[in-house]
Amino acid sequence: MISFSQVCKRYPNGFTALQDIGFTVEAGEMALVTGHSGAGKSTLLRLIAAIERPTSGSVIVNGQNVGALKSGAIPYLRRNLGLVFQDQKILFDRSVFDNVMLPLQVGGFDSRAASGRVRAALDKVGLRDREKARPITLSGGEQQRLCIARAIVHRPSILIADEPTSNLDIGYAKDIMAMFRAFHQVGVTVLIATHDTELLSEMAVRILTLDHGRLAA
Amino acid sequence: MSVWLSHHWHAFVLSLKRLAAAPVGSVLSILVIGVAFSLPAGIHMLLGNIQTLSAHIASMPQLSLFLRVDAGDEESAQIGVRLREHPQVASFEFIPRDRALEQLKQESGLAGLMEGLERNPLPDAFVVNAASPLPAVLEALRTELQAWPGVEHAQLDSAWASRLDALLNLGRLAVLMLSILLGFALIAVTFNTIRLQILTRRDEIEVSKLIGATAGFIRRPFLYFGALQGVAGGLAAWFILLLGIRLLDTELRKLAQLYGVDFSLHHLSMEESLILLLVSACLGWIGAWLSVASHLWRIEPY
Repeated sequence: MISFSQVCKRYPNGFTALQDIGFTVEAGEMALVTGHSGAGKSTLLRLIAAIERPTSGSVIVNGQNVGALKSGAIPYLRRNLGLVFQDQKILFDRSVFDNVMLPLQVGGFDSRAASGRVRAALDKVGLRDREKARPITLSGGEQQRLCIARAIVHRPSILIADEPTSNLDIGYAKDIMAMFRAFHQVGVTVLIATHDTELLSEMAVRILTLDHGRLAA
Repeated sequence: MSVWLSHHWHAFVLSLKRLAAAPVGSVLSILVIGVAFSLPAGIHMLLGNIQTLSAHIASMPQLSLFLRVDAGDEESAQIGVRLREHPQVASFEFIPRDRALEQLKQESGLAGLMEGLERNPLPDAFVVNAASPLPAVLEALRTELQAWPGVEHAQLDSAWASRLDALLNLGRLAVLMLSILLGFALIAVTFNTIRLQILTRRDEIEVSKLIGATAGFIRRPFLYFGALQGVAGGLAAWFILLLGIRLLDTELRKLAQLYGVDFSLHHLSMEESLILLLVSACLGWIGAWLSVASHLWRIEPY
């Protein structure tokens, strides 16, 4: 469950990214965050993963007040989240397999059980036969699927994706969105930021619209 | 527990891989550390060897008693009797002046010069072995013998050994200072190696943080790397010493034989070697820790 109440985020340079944000995404729910570029979508997602802290208000994730977490507790919060980043953050110095392995290494998984999970995750996104490939040799859509595999390999309860379809053509984008819907159907809470209005019309899910840092009604 | 172990194993293997991934750089840094460490370790080793030698000599408490040149046979015989009765004298040898001159002619190669002398300039002498090796007792004995009639000069032969001991202590102090200075050098070398590693692994560190790596998880491979590099440097120093000993030993043995001493170089003892490795590992770890502490926090997210 993700719950924002009266959240405000102001940067040191005086720019207010978010103002008086309040909403709740129940466990197992899927929601889209949309809005023009610069509306505060990314900031909102970054607050959930404690990459940034709210200036005021409270952000509750799985019953924990994220803004008040000690820095030592933040890694354990993040292990319950699956994050797909806008800039992907793929490590190009290692194979597809090792990229997906990273969250399990961080969590201290037994390596044999971990290999099985990595293959299962790659299977789900359709990259099973590319596990030894270098990420640089993958197409844009495949790279995005690699990011999704990395985000779900540790079976998080919440999946958060920032513009997962931004640089893909419409066919690939629909594939990716179908994947997220599949995760939602097996009980994962899914929150996706996107400005892709073409996709929005097809999806029967809750939509949170941001406008200059405020939630539109 | 097993998670903890697997994390440490993971960090250890990772740091080994990183050492192997840049072999030339690793070997060079290890050599720098090794050369820096072989200096104080080598001096320490030499001091240890010299000390065994001097301890060996100092344990033979010997005095030389030179009589006045004009002392006659009777006086020397009297001194011989007194020495025999003295409780602090274990044994003694009388060296008459004529024999001393003979010896000098034979050993010094100054025979030609000696021929020119009108009369024997050497006095009768006694070489006295004292019963106790204690310096204070020896010194008391020397003062006593010096005061006997007919004695010109009493000399404590092991005096130079105690002077050497004092010198060795000074040398040990120098080794300590050198070790401290070069220890800082090792810390600096490690600090920089780790700084470069952190910079080149910025992306990996960032992603790891974002997917829930603890600070310890990120820090650990760097700390292991520092400690491993330190140990490897210590080992390099140890082998540099071994090489040095191999090269010097034969020549030194020849030289020692010329002085009638049985002497050969010994490497650091097991204990000293272990201390060397332990210290180099600790210093590497400290360097890595300082580097990690001052660089990691700059990488977002915090």
